[in-house]
Amino acid sequence: MLRAVDVFSPIAPPRGARGLHRFANPGRFLRLAGALLPWVSAIGLILTVIGLYGGLFVAPADWQQGDAVRIMYVHVPAAWLASAGYMALALASAASLVWRHPLADLAAAEIAPVGAGFTAICLITGSLWGKPMWGAFWVWDARLTSVLVLFFLYLGHIALTRAFDTPERGYRAGAILALVGVINLPIIKFSVDWWNTLHQPASISLTGAPKMYIGMLWPLLFMALGASLIFAALVLARLSAAVMERRVRALLAARAEGA
Amino acid sequence: MTHLAFIIPAYGVALVIPAAFALDAWRRLSRARARLAALEGGRRR
Repeated sequence: MLRAVDVFSPIAPPRGARGLHRFANPGRFLRLAGALLPWVSAIGLILTVIGLYGGLFVAPADWQQGDAVRIMYVHVPAAWLASAGYMALALASAASLVWRHPLADLAAAEIAPVGAGFTAICLITGSLWGKPMWGAFWVWDARLTSVLVLFFLYLGHIALTRAFDTPERGYRAGAILALVGVINLPIIKFSVDWWNTLHQPASISLTGAPKMYIGMLWPLLFMALGASLIFAALVLARLSAAVMERRVRALLAARAEGA
Repeated sequence: MTHLAFIIPAYGVALVIPAAFALDAWRRLSRARARLAALEGGRRR
């Protein structure tokens, strides 16, 4: 059965999920996003500018790689956000399939293009880093190939959600693809441990001390935090626009029925 | 600075793609807000 299109109608939360659903009401979401968006955007931009300055002008060059190591400050945050964005897409898809919430559908549809954009940044900057270090723009290495698969998963989700006459069917098909594609995330993470790859293993982990000089680490962390907030701001802005566009369609449909 | 031929395009791509998304989101938001205001204003009248 298809869902109602009136995005501002209250949605009865299932038991045990009231806290989550409180914020998933489209009207409340728009008010919250409107209040958060300027702050998230501004803080994200400030952190990114500080990180860019630190990465380009303050951090030292690498003794082996020279200044090419500065590509790390844009490549690594993009790589982290490519995977984190896909996890957000999968969570929105799970919420869509379990609770059939229209806002979760819209969230998944708006996260996917931004995630694809950051994955493209990761692939392109990685390629530009690979040429001077490895002598080739591209190698069929496990890490590079699994990130390319992630990019295709994003593109597949975008195509699938737009491939049906009834949007709800597209959202359902996209949600299933997003959940199946989650299997690729641990493959990306552990590809450098499971296979012999040209790509280096992780220098930063949540469980151990970073294997990186602090003068190189702080710009990377600023860039990662700034890029994460910019990613969040882009999704918030796109999702707010999508909620309003859906409301416009609902009003036009109601007006056409009344005429 | 060494490797500028690789560093400049890398930073260019990393800035242009999010900027394009930001511009698109801003245009969508402005257009949707204006259309919604026009429709809801018309409905109230």
